[in-house]
Amino acid sequence: MRRPGLICTILALLGTGSAQDLQVPAAVVAGTQATIATTGSGKATFYLVGPGISRKSDVVLGAEISVSFEELRNAGHYVAVLCSSECRSASFFVRAAKPARLAFLVHPSRVAVAQADALSGVALPFDRYRNLVLAPVAINFQLSAGNTSLLSRPARTVDGVAWFRTTSGKAAGIVQATATLDDLSARRAIQQVASDPCNLRISGQRSPAGVLVQTEPVRDCTGNPVTDGTIVTFTATGAKGMTTVDAPVKQGVARAQIKSAGALMISAACGVVMGNEVSVGAQP
Amino acid sequence: MRHALPIFLVVVTAGLMVLSLAGPGRAVGTVGVASGSAVYGLTAKSDTPEHAIEHLLGEVKRRNWDNAFSAVSKTSGVDEPGFIQDWMGSNGSLRSFSGLEGFTTRPLHATNDDAQVRVRLHWTTPVGPIEESRDFNLVRDGDTWKTVWPKVEIANVPAQVIPVNYLRWDLVSGGAGDEWGAKNIDAPHVRIISMNAVELAEGVLVMGEVVNEDAIPAFVNVNATLVDAAGNALDDESSFDKIDHVLLPKQVTPYRIDFPNFNIKDVKNVRMDVKAALIPASADPVIGIMNQKVDSDAQGKSILRGDLFNQSGQPVNIPHVIASFYDNTGKVVWVADGYVDQALLPQSSQPFSLEIPRNVAARTQNFHVVVNHYDLDRN
Repeated sequence: MRRPGLICTILALLGTGSAQDLQVPAAVVAGTQATIATTGSGKATFYLVGPGISRKSDVVLGAEISVSFEELRNAGHYVAVLCSSECRSASFFVRAAKPARLAFLVHPSRVAVAQADALSGVALPFDRYRNLVLAPVAINFQLSAGNTSLLSRPARTVDGVAWFRTTSGKAAGIVQATATLDDLSARRAIQQVASDPCNLRISGQRSPAGVLVQTEPVRDCTGNPVTDGTIVTFTATGAKGMTTVDAPVKQGVARAQIKSAGALMISAACGVVMGNEVSVGAQP
Repeated sequence: MRHALPIFLVVVTAGLMVLSLAGPGRAVGTVGVASGSAVYGLTAKSDTPEHAIEHLLGEVKRRNWDNAFSAVSKTSGVDEPGFIQDWMGSNGSLRSFSGLEGFTTRPLHATNDDAQVRVRLHWTTPVGPIEESRDFNLVRDGDTWKTVWPKVEIANVPAQVIPVNYLRWDLVSGGAGDEWGAKNIDAPHVRIISMNAVELAEGVLVMGEVVNEDAIPAFVNVNATLVDAAGNALDDESSFDKIDHVLLPKQVTPYRIDFPNFNIKDVKNVRMDVKAALIPASADPVIGIMNQKVDSDAQGKSILRGDLFNQSGQPVNIPHVIASFYDNTGKVVWVADGYVDQALLPQSSQPFSLEIPRNVAARTQNFHVVVNHYDLDRN
């Protein structure tokens, strides 16, 4: 908040005289040393204002002013001001150094299989001083499951950002998402999970304790077994009324014990997906 | 002579106080209905069935168990510990956290030797006031009446080992020092699959169902905001306890949000908001909801009844039943909930019942019941 005010104050002091002048470098890379040439003679006061820095020092006109690499760590717009009897100013831009790290955001962390445009990733290159690298660079996005490559897509950053969007794969499991820039890479894990169950089928048989009803292995439409713990609701209708059991899938199969001696009509549902109906006769 | 009037007034006042405290048929204006005495040390004589049950309930209310049990007929098949457990609850059940606040009695029938009295018990509980209706049989024992206490059925489960190998989900959250974006876990995906806003005597009710579409458990809460024609929010409420908050993958729960004292004609729109958060959870216990049936009670009210059967190996302290009722188009027309005041022991059953409003019962074609549970060891 103080810097713009300081700049305004300094610029207000600027005169039009030509007793001294300064020459700033045309291009500076963050974290490198720079020199600012001055003309004239005598003593002057030098101001440097930039992102994260404001400096005031006494200098001798005609000599070069050295700006250390620590003062130029942050990329952005800098203003140099030289004041003796009057003030002169010049500005220069410090750009980010070469990429040294890659921020990689992937969304979502968990996705159902075969969902269109469900996966997206964004990569942002930063230099060693955490300046966003605005110069276009090539980033390669890769998705892989185990040793199988699912996607390889090069992209160039625009204003420091490169991104991809794609459809989730067909197999449940962990998918590695990798963003690579030269020798830099960032890796994220995405959990692909089974989609809604498909063709939910159950069977039931009498047991001494009632009716044991169970599903066939519960799979989605691409053949992935649904996650263990998924709830299957069994509904049995008989002369005594209706019985429901919310049973979790365990090792791919959901089972429930329904205590009833009478004839039952049993159905199953998993979320909003309905299964078949089976009829179990009364206990002999 | 000058003290005669004050003395007379004091005597009359004291007499009226005694009469008002000791007499029958107190407080409630309904003919044939009596309410419980709350005055310590004053109990009705058990010379009528109503007085006998009031005497017993008064002692129960004060937790004078010896006195209360002395009002129980010797022909009852219960001992004093069983009698006390029936009133006090056990195994961390809702009853064990409840207190009998009051009661009303209504005689059903009486002969010279036996009688039946219907009692409405008013309980204070951690989940709010609960009313319970019980019918008591009484028999004449000399010149007094005593209550026949039914034998308390305590689940007798044989000693056994029940392996529990259902899934459990734990949650490991990233630390502050983690790299940006390296350990983000998305919130579970849940979806409102139905919503219906109606006006009943209670006010405006918003009800429906929510499904957890994800592969991980979710802690779910549904909020609704009533919006008027000008777009202003009239009120916002949450489903509070009329929802099963913990949803396992693909599990469906009913929800109901009450807006007392609002008219549906003032409502132009309802904004729904469902919030879901990651939560550690277990797929155990599995509770079967057996023999669900809608029938009528003695007063002609429609009641959904059934039995909860605990298929797991750990007691469920406080079972909570939530039911959604559908009309012939599959629309949710009512959501009711109720707590079971007895703990659900392993491999045992407890009955439950939910009252259905008369106008809803006529339209109900189907229903879906879920069981929420509060466990002292796990909540």
